[in-house]
Amino acid sequence: MSSYRIHGATGEWEVVIGLEVHAQVVSKSKLFSGAATEFGAEPNAQVSLVDAAMPGMLPVPNRECIRQAVRTGMAIDAQINKWSRFDRKNYFYADLPQGYQISQLFHPLVGEGRIEICLDEKDPEGSTKTIGIERIHVEQDAGKLMHDQHPTMSYVDLNRSGVALMEIVSRPDMRSPAEAGAYLRKLRTILRYVGSCDGNMEEGSMRADVNVSVRRPGEPFGTRTETKNVNSVRFVMQTIEHEANRQVDLVESGGKVVQETRLFDPDSGTTRSMRSKEDAHDYRYFPDPDLLPLVLDDAFLAECRASLPELPDAKRHRYETALGLSPYNANVLTAEADTARWFEALLTATAARQDKMEAEVARQAANWLISELFGALNKLGKDLETSPVSPEQGGELLALIGDGTISGSIAKQVLEKMLETGDGAAAIVEREGLKQTSDTGAIEAAVAKVLADNADKVEQYKGGKEALFGFFVGQTMKAMQGKANPQLVNELLKKALG
Amino acid sequence: MSVDTATVAKIAALARIKVTEAELAAMVPELNGILAWVEQLGEVDVAGIEPMTAVIENQLRLRDDVIDADPLTGGNKRDAVLANAPAAEHGFFGVPKVIE
Amino acid sequence: MSDLTELGVAAIRDGVAKGDFTAVEVAEAFNANVAAAQPALNAFIVATPEKAVEAARMVDADRAAGKALGKMAGVPIGMKDLFATRGVQTTAASHILEGFTPEYESTVSQKLWDAGAGMLGKLNLDQFAMGSSNETSHFGNVVSPWRRNDGGNAPLAPGGSSGGSSAAVSARLCPAATGTDTGGSIRQPAAFTGIAGIKPTYGRCSRWGIVAFASSLDQAGSMARDVRDCAIMLEAMAGFDPKDSTSLDLPVPAWEAGLSADLKGRKVGIPREYRLDGMDGEVAASWEAGIAWLKDAGAEVVDISLPHTKYALPTYYIIAPAEASSNLARYDGVRYGLRDLPEGAGLQDMYAATRAAGFGAEVKRRILIGTYVLSAGFYDAYYTQAQKVRTLISRDFKDAFASVDVILAPTAPSAAFALGEKSADPLEMYLNDVFSVPASLAGLPAMSVPAGLNSQGLPLGLQLIGRPFDEQGVLDAGLAIEQRAGFAAKPEQWW
Ligand SMILES: [Mg+2]
Ligand SMILES: [Zn+2]
Repeated sequence: MSSYRIHGATGEWEVVIGLEVHAQVVSKSKLFSGAATEFGAEPNAQVSLVDAAMPGMLPVPNRECIRQAVRTGMAIDAQINKWSRFDRKNYFYADLPQGYQISQLFHPLVGEGRIEICLDEKDPEGSTKTIGIERIHVEQDAGKLMHDQHPTMSYVDLNRSGVALMEIVSRPDMRSPAEAGAYLRKLRTILRYVGSCDGNMEEGSMRADVNVSVRRPGEPFGTRTETKNVNSVRFVMQTIEHEANRQVDLVESGGKVVQETRLFDPDSGTTRSMRSKEDAHDYRYFPDPDLLPLVLDDAFLAECRASLPELPDAKRHRYETALGLSPYNANVLTAEADTARWFEALLTATAARQDKMEAEVARQAANWLISELFGALNKLGKDLETSPVSPEQGGELLALIGDGTISGSIAKQVLEKMLETGDGAAAIVEREGLKQTSDTGAIEAAVAKVLADNADKVEQYKGGKEALFGFFVGQTMKAMQGKANPQLVNELLKKALG
Repeated sequence: MSVDTATVAKIAALARIKVTEAELAAMVPELNGILAWVEQLGEVDVAGIEPMTAVIENQLRLRDDVIDADPLTGGNKRDAVLANAPAAEHGFFGVPKVIE
Repeated sequence: MSDLTELGVAAIRDGVAKGDFTAVEVAEAFNANVAAAQPALNAFIVATPEKAVEAARMVDADRAAGKALGKMAGVPIGMKDLFATRGVQTTAASHILEGFTPEYESTVSQKLWDAGAGMLGKLNLDQFAMGSSNETSHFGNVVSPWRRNDGGNAPLAPGGSSGGSSAAVSARLCPAATGTDTGGSIRQPAAFTGIAGIKPTYGRCSRWGIVAFASSLDQAGSMARDVRDCAIMLEAMAGFDPKDSTSLDLPVPAWEAGLSADLKGRKVGIPREYRLDGMDGEVAASWEAGIAWLKDAGAEVVDISLPHTKYALPTYYIIAPAEASSNLARYDGVRYGLRDLPEGAGLQDMYAATRAAGFGAEVKRRILIGTYVLSAGFYDAYYTQAQKVRTLISRDFKDAFASVDVILAPTAPSAAFALGEKSADPLEMYLNDVFSVPASLAGLPAMSVPAGLNSQGLPLGLQLIGRPFDEQGVLDAGLAIEQRAGFAAKPEQWW
């Protein structure tokens, strides 16, 4: 995978990628004001005098936003800076009421960290790669401009103005669109586990600035371009693909890559230079004199650390070692925080119902969740979040299999009914009469009838065609409407066939 | 370091202040006079000295994450926010059309 | 009834409380003075006589109902037009904010209203508080009520930037006024007009709702005719504000009750670097008189050194414009204030046109300086260097305060100058703040008290600088000087 190359007219090119991800911090109120952050409010409803930069307004930072950024830093094993500062980034734009964005340039809250990605997510045992994180800093989001509501005016909505963002800056460590995709997905997983960002790229709560350059393998970095605000994993991969090829074509035809800001156009899948917003690319950063240095004490840091959940890599490892799950299953179940949460609830319910250790039922639960429930939900166009079946109900169903009340095949029918009706497994089994029978007499009678009806096949079996045993089992089960205890069927068939 | 007309024009553009040629011509010597004067700071030995961060010893105080805890710094006041706007329309601030 | 406008804060407060006169009578007396002086002095941008009377009525009603009265009950004041006042135009004396009517009240003004004060009007000032003579206001110069005794009647500067405040207090248009001090803007105008003014420790008064000039320096304070009145008013203004993250979370001391002119056991530092070559002889003499008065009050006088004094002004003229260039970026014609939209202009053109039309020459000059010193390639040489020197200046004071309790110096290098006398050369104007800027850079409490008249009949001020949080020490030394200087002069009413 790291051998991704652009095959140019003059030879091979390597792509160098770094991502700056803006992740909206989960908090009730804004970074420096008490206005709400909720998505989808009426224009300018969630705007305080502070967010509108009225004369004399001052910023007061929200502890929760700082805490979320620190927890995120801890989750990627990063240096947490106990002394940091806010700086002003000065520029003029209609979505920026203060005329500056409060950000952190010189002394960010979070320093060096790392994220490990799986190069092939289908093969979690395969090779991994560590992507360096340079820093995470906290900053204000800007407002929004609407261009198509008036012939000669743009409209400004400041609801997002002042919402807290974490800017997560990677090292230029990625070498292919696929690596960048894997990095983004992994980052999103971590943010969701930590609960510091909902990772919802459609609503804009996560967006990436994509830095791309090309070089001959082994040579120094080329000049990079930065494509701003790309808002899906697929678009990020397209951006890289397009940008890398554009740069190679440019250089090979005697041109030069210019360091510039570009925009991605999702309709064409291409990037274009931003109409020189560059004229005054001089942000005149300086420490915000309205804000003193931010000093974190040990108690604050300890609370941040204590509040961290088990993180995806640790969880995957535990699922494999302590629960005995296959690497594939462990990976599937830990890829999303919500999936792992659902699985763990299922595991608890299943173990409790059967009065067993979780490790004893983990494989049963994992297999059922992945091969039965996911498929069934998928058919209905639903997912775990909208599942009509709760983990508790799943545990009830698995217990019915476990104690022999129903067979695996009956369980499929029961699950379908559960999804249809929302009723519990036991109630369905009872109502539909799906209980497995261990009534020896009834099974013996069925076996006798099957063997009598298929005398020719009995002959062949006895003549050595042992594969026919399965046929007899199937016929007997069919005669028993699937409710016979399969073990008993086996036993009694063997006995009857001598 | 002294500034010339082009530099002052650039700075004025950066600061978004339109200046006429005549204003520019007048500003260049004025700014050079001030800059030459402040540059005497260059002679101060500041080896090992940290730039000032807090004029009075004090640390940044953080607030609790509560919506509209203080109505003066909370949201839900669209009318107050738009009250002085030169071109408020349909609950928005209007600006000349921006082409991005 | 004697002339109520001759009374100060304490006398009005006490007289209203005792029932010697009503708050409404006081308000009406001052309203009349405001109206009569406005054409000549131009101290107010907006007069609000009805606000003064309304607040007074409430005080009178509270008194009649036997309710407890606030620290400033019945005292009408002038409000520098840098403080946002709900429903009353707030301009910072700039065209760019002309017509701006805030929907909010600054913390400091709210505290004053809560303490029973009433508002006579919004006082004129240098535009965005940038100036030392009140000649940069969009609403015209403030003229000092003082005149030289040479018969020439040259209009004099009331000092700046709180020049409307100083003129109004000394002309008896109000018993007290708010000021703000970024590099001397309370102390220098107080000195020019023969009144007292104190800038407390940085962080004592909330900056919330005050139009920002330079955030790390701006500090509100009180201006009145004597030290006690300053103390009373400052008590009402100061206090922790969670809306300003640089606000000091400390209780407000009872400064008025704590006043004592007995300086036995106190040490007063005389900074040798403040003795400038070619210093005005009368200023030097008043400084000597101040030293003698403080000795007389029991203090021990000590020679001290503040070695980086000469770098304070250039440091200030990097840091303050840098902060201002950013603080004033919000005046862009989008959300409030002036919008200049030339035919066919785009957004960025609108910004440039609005700001060109809305800001005065001095404001533009400082924005350009500030923009330049922060720009790529120059930031370290100017801004970082200045912040390092600021550390040294602050350290000088810290070292000095290891051996002295308070520092005595002149407030300004000269008495009031004539309007127009220094406005042609910005640098010459800047030099006026040479004695006031160092304390601002170090965030220290400092005050100016009247020390006497010079040979031209103009007031001279003496400055007291204290340790962080020690406003009391500053006020006490100020009181000791006040008692001995016996300053009773007031401008002859010519308007
Ligand atoms: Mg970026
Ligand atoms: Zn950013």
